[in-house]
Amino acid sequence: MEDKTAYFDNSASTRLDERVFEAMKPYYFDTYAVATSEFAYSMGIDAKEALEEARSTIADSLNASPGEIVFTSGSTESSNMAIKGVTSALKNKGRHLIVSKIEDFPVLNTAKSLEKQGFEVDFIEVDDTGRLNTEQLAETITDETVLVSIQHANQEIGTLQDLESISSICREKGVLLHTDATHSFTRVPIDVQQIPVDLITIASHTIHGPRGVGGLYIRKGTPINKWMDGGFQEFNLRAGLENIPGAVGFAKAVELVTEEENKQIKALRDHLIERISSEITDVILNGSKEHRSPHNANITFHYVEGESLTLHLDMRGFAVNTGSACFSRSLEASHVILGIGGDHERAHGSLRFTFSRYNTLEETDTIVDAIKEIVAQLREISPLYEKK
Amino acid sequence: MKFPYSEKVLDHFKNPRNVGKIENPDGKGLEGSPACGDMVAVYLNVNPETLVIEDIKFESYGCASNIATASIITEMTKGKTLDEAKNISWKQATEELGGLPTVKAHCSVLAVEGLRAAIRDYEEKHGLVSEKETTTEEVVRRRLKHVMNPMAGLDIIRTELVTKIEINEGSVRILIDLPSDHQFASAIKEDILEKVESLWDIEEVNVVFTE
Repeated sequence: MEDKTAYFDNSASTRLDERVFEAMKPYYFDTYAVATSEFAYSMGIDAKEALEEARSTIADSLNASPGEIVFTSGSTESSNMAIKGVTSALKNKGRHLIVSKIEDFPVLNTAKSLEKQGFEVDFIEVDDTGRLNTEQLAETITDETVLVSIQHANQEIGTLQDLESISSICREKGVLLHTDATHSFTRVPIDVQQIPVDLITIASHTIHGPRGVGGLYIRKGTPINKWMDGGFQEFNLRAGLENIPGAVGFAKAVELVTEEENKQIKALRDHLIERISSEITDVILNGSKEHRSPHNANITFHYVEGESLTLHLDMRGFAVNTGSACFSRSLEASHVILGIGGDHERAHGSLRFTFSRYNTLEETDTIVDAIKEIVAQLREISPLYEKK
Repeated sequence: MKFPYSEKVLDHFKNPRNVGKIENPDGKGLEGSPACGDMVAVYLNVNPETLVIEDIKFESYGCASNIATASIITEMTKGKTLDEAKNISWKQATEELGGLPTVKAHCSVLAVEGLRAAIRDYEEKHGLVSEKETTTEEVVRRRLKHVMNPMAGLDIIRTELVTKIEINEGSVRILIDLPSDHQFASAIKEDILEKVESLWDIEEVNVVFTE
């Protein structure tokens, strides 16, 4: 049954691409030395070369320079590093931080942790599609503001922020901008020569790369302190043994994403939304129609509960995610759905579908067919559903 | 593949028994938990001579634990008297199901509460209930026994999360031995409010966490 699972939870993690695995292998079995200086032994020099080549590939994908990319253990570390590193470097300038209400946990909880240490944090509202109120952002920035951290694509509803306006507001006010691009990286490209964002969190696990690898783009000249003590790796910004197979795999994963593939993924996603909206009553698409990452669909099915829906789907071989409180470990409804003005009920019956390279039209059609049956069945027993 | 649910839970989830509505039921209970968003409705037809539950049906807007518990209690109570049915505990229901994950306890308690609410509704409509009692610490404590501590799967009274209950002219203050930023703090608070605010002589409920 395992290998037949039709997997629609690719924002959580993706299947590793075999080509990525092949690219990584030599750095476990042949070139396993640490990256050394060019005056050391050859295996170390080869390892160093591989690391720097991977760095160049990642830099190219953002139109950045290799010296602006630091490898990390994933997006959680990257966002911690960006926010803690910059606020620490600018502690004499001020202690005010701005984030959006619907950030993912690495940013949200880093902000809350700084708040406990005496920082002032503003959580900016978003509209009912999840887009940030840029006027409110401009008004909230003060002389004390040291960093604005606004995500690129939302983890649950896929809404894309208007990074162009947000970055120009920050530029105008002289405030640094960090963006968590974990859920858009390579799917919705960012060109740092066009968009003046200062720090970008990126990750490998969402694009068929290895998990436990990520990166942080740091624009040249950005003040940032090292926040984890240890050795002098990664331009003396990120201590710890370099994950060379991971970096090589990450770079390979980036190379494998093509514009063509992004179009195919979007077409499948659009097909799913189109079929569900036309064939099932009382559904809402959560998030924005136009400003949306190509691989994300998030839909609320009224009168049914998400955990029941996902469990029924699981028993039929489909993997999806829900914003229902019943599904979460903290028993809390999705802060994103609540943040876009949805109520508990909207989170309760929401499903998130995230697509990847490996999804097919056939399984997209079969999951819609399955959902139609299950939703009808659950509505039949729901006290809220008025049978027509 | 390993589900966190027993075979029996999955069976009742997939094929729930006694599902639906009874038109013009003799007793009806609707319980909802703001902590998880689940709701359950229970409908009863009762023989007025023998007070035996002759028919019982339920509807659920809830997760697997909620559906499975509601389903099993309809089986456990059909043909029983109201007094027998009233005494069926959440614990008996979950044992009958072969256990439930502790964190899901409150979803399943809801089903048992739905049953009790339906019985109460019947008793109230048929003049079987005595006068309203004044809210005392003991009354609040009894209500709080229906608020789950999701960490333990037992109620917050038994797990000693409640350190103090103060009642003062229609206002109740409940002290909880958890920091306010604990992952379950807001879920527990919502659950407490839901259970205590409905007391007829209570106007205000304050839930206080430790810092």
